[in-house]
Amino acid sequence: MGYVAIKGGSRAIQGAANVTEALRAAEGEQGVPLTISTIKNQLRLLTSRIVSEGGLYHPELAALAIKQSQGDTLEAAFALRAYRSTKPRLLETPVQDASKMRIIRRISSAFKDISGGQMLGSTHDYALRLMRMELADESPEHFRNIAKKFMQSTPEIALPDSFPKVVDALREEGLLANFSADRVGHDAFDITREPLSFPAPRSAGLATMARAETGSLLALAYSNMRGYGDVHPTIAELRIGYLPVMLPHMVTGELVEAGEVLMTECEVVAMYEDDANGGKPTFTLGYGACFGHNEVKAISMAILDRALQKGMADGPSNPSEDSEFVLLHIDGVDSMGFASHYKMPHYVTFQSDMDRLRTTQKKHQEGRS
Amino acid sequence: MRKILEVRNLSKIYGRGCSRCVESTGPEQETNICPHCGSVVAIHDVSFDLHEGEILGLMGESGSGKSTVVKNLYFDQTPTSGSARFFNDGIAKDMFGINAAQQRYLRNHSFGMVYQNPHLGLNFGISAGGNIAERLLMSDVMHYAEIRTRAKELLVRTEVLLSRMDESPKNFSGGMQQRVQIAKALATNPPLLYLDEVTTGLDLSVQARILDLILEIQQELNTAMIVVTHDLGVIRLLTGRALVMKYGRVIESGLTDQILEDPQHAYTQRLVASAL
Amino acid sequence: MSAGYNFGFMDEHAKKEIRRAILKAIAIPGYQVPYSSREMPMGRGFGTGGLQLTLSLIGENDTLKVIDQGADDSVNAVNLRQFIEMTCPGVDTTTYLSEATLIQSRHRIPEVALKPEQVLILQVPYPDPLIVVEPSEDKRKMMHGEADYARLLVKLYEDIVKFDEITISHRYPTRINRHYVIDPSPIPRWDVPKLNHSPALILFGAGREKKIYAVPPHTLAEPLAFDDVPFRVEDFSDEIGNRRACVRCGSRESFLDEFTDETAGKVYQCSDSDYCDGQLAKQSGKEAVYA
Repeated sequence: MGYVAIKGGSRAIQGAANVTEALRAAEGEQGVPLTISTIKNQLRLLTSRIVSEGGLYHPELAALAIKQSQGDTLEAAFALRAYRSTKPRLLETPVQDASKMRIIRRISSAFKDISGGQMLGSTHDYALRLMRMELADESPEHFRNIAKKFMQSTPEIALPDSFPKVVDALREEGLLANFSADRVGHDAFDITREPLSFPAPRSAGLATMARAETGSLLALAYSNMRGYGDVHPTIAELRIGYLPVMLPHMVTGELVEAGEVLMTECEVVAMYEDDANGGKPTFTLGYGACFGHNEVKAISMAILDRALQKGMADGPSNPSEDSEFVLLHIDGVDSMGFASHYKMPHYVTFQSDMDRLRTTQKKHQEGRS
Repeated sequence: MRKILEVRNLSKIYGRGCSRCVESTGPEQETNICPHCGSVVAIHDVSFDLHEGEILGLMGESGSGKSTVVKNLYFDQTPTSGSARFFNDGIAKDMFGINAAQQRYLRNHSFGMVYQNPHLGLNFGISAGGNIAERLLMSDVMHYAEIRTRAKELLVRTEVLLSRMDESPKNFSGGMQQRVQIAKALATNPPLLYLDEVTTGLDLSVQARILDLILEIQQELNTAMIVVTHDLGVIRLLTGRALVMKYGRVIESGLTDQILEDPQHAYTQRLVASAL
Repeated sequence: MSAGYNFGFMDEHAKKEIRRAILKAIAIPGYQVPYSSREMPMGRGFGTGGLQLTLSLIGENDTLKVIDQGADDSVNAVNLRQFIEMTCPGVDTTTYLSEATLIQSRHRIPEVALKPEQVLILQVPYPDPLIVVEPSEDKRKMMHGEADYARLLVKLYEDIVKFDEITISHRYPTRINRHYVIDPSPIPRWDVPKLNHSPALILFGAGREKKIYAVPPHTLAEPLAFDDVPFRVEDFSDEIGNRRACVRCGSRESFLDEFTDETAGKVYQCSDSDYCDGQLAKQSGKEAVYA
């Protein structure tokens, strides 16, 4: 009899790569390859998600990652993150001022109206979730007309360059604690250079959540909202827009705008607390911010930020308040990698398990006879 | 008799504390809570000595701070101020001056603790025997048969059914859970045992058996003990000396017999008089 | 857009940090050194920890061997080897253990003893043996610091009570240099004795958990056991008590894979493919390269 040769591993991998690529181009003769621009624009929210989870602000590469991964968000974020790994660190930006954001959407649930106004911007919040069957057969001409018609029919109104922060108004009134100016720019924890260890500083928690997988963050925040926690949040402000990135000029040192990044920022006000030093009680703040247009992510992040701060102060009484539980399980690259690894060969370890069970079964048998 | 424990001016305040906490709380003020800052003065200025083989009682009602004393001496909490020295073969250890690892060593080798709530003293995820094994393993006994034998000895001594040795304590009666705790506490033959309301909530006959067991152990092993209780009967039966506590302060101390026959402080008088 | 990669894919700062972590790990045998694990193009769980160790150590004069389940041709090994060949031009790769200077392996230590010039890198999914008794990393660090393994030992005690023996099959907790207990990665018990007084340096890399640890050469590595219940390796005896042989080379001394063949039924074969080839070569006189 012959033995079974377990060979051909490299041929198998090559074969898998070939068939995956063939599936990507399965439309064959009718096929038109996706362009980066198509993905970036027509799937802009998907692209935003990948930019945020990849942790690298490069919408074009994020679109490419979506294309090569055939729409798998975990794979796409992974590819972008791995690419980021290869890039050298040029410098660290100084702390950026989010109030300077060039707004495209800005709302507050805490007040009926706010200074600067409630700017709904682009949102699905009030859209009816009905299938738009007419989109199934959209003609290129019809498509190209949409933007033209919008620009022609919408009046141009000058917007102020920036809008004041709602939380600043709350701070002025003493309803929200002021942060001390000397703590701004205080060493932020760099999760890409140092491993997390617990207790983890707040900046480490925020950084981890900023590039966390959206569904994981949402599930944990939802558990807090539903009752495994008591943040009871009100959104003081949710703003989406382009934040100018100010970098020091290499000669003069003066801060110069080097470009802008699209980002989402959510500030949530939660139940008030006594001040630790015996001063008057104030509302507590939860903060969430990430690259791209990702509202659910920023809201979830703000709620978890508040929950984790409470957990740090009083001890966690729910999973969403436990730093280790939250921060170690929300990274999509780590979690999907480990889930996938179970598909790899484990036959040596299984051989070991079988040996144990067989011995134990034998003993059990002997015990009975 | 040689000293085994020396406690001086032990205090524990929950909350941020202020300069007026101490003067605003206590038996005269009839409160533990500082009216100025809201902090709780759980105990203040507690001092006593304990000798080898002696049983000392800490008596008082809820909120008197008696449990807090023992929690701090067993390193479950850290005191706000004060000191304690533990004597091992004549060598003194500054209990709150040593580091966490050294404190854990003392806990594992020289102290035993039996809590009122068995969930605090036992691991319900492992068997009764496993609980005892854990303590033996912490003191570096690495022989399986030896561990088994010793665990059986202790369970027999504390009258726990040997047939249930490999079961989790979660299905045991309250009395049996306490016995397993006592067996576990005695595993390393500790010179000092803390007993925190160990019979509270148990049936009277069960209580009686456990109290007898404790007395027998003290006679056999010469273990020093601190017994925390609000029950005068337990104080009378077990202890040679006692401290009476109210609102975190020691208001009376001395020989148990004297305190019970001739209480000095008005509160102690009321306590003794109200005993059934 | 084009991507230009550094030799070894990672930038030099990342490699330097990892080498520093390695030195610390060697200086404190069995201690889990945290490091900021970089994302690699293969998934977490696919050997990124081992890979980062290899990429930080490899140079143009190295000869690399990569195995998974003992075989060079297993998909995971092939994937990793191709990536290293692509990002480290000029480096030789081999399937012969005797030629290798660096060996990256998943779930096995080679059957033939390693040499002092070689470094073995093992891929680790779970660096911490205490994870089964304590989920909090903070508390585990204190337990390791104080060598407080009582809760782990109680698990072994409970096993013996229930099953008359310790039922841990692979990832057997092993005490290094009389202090830290490590998870030696999912190697079978068969391979654990090779850690003890190894002639070569053995490194452990956990990419997802972000830890590096080491068993330096000539270091004590003792699998946890009771004085009267000794550590036992896997048993390859058949029903009548004879030690099974590899169907391919006949060896009765190696760890065997068990699988089913349509015609022959149950088949046993050496897990270590290079060792098996070596045995065959010895038998046919072509053994030069297996010296």
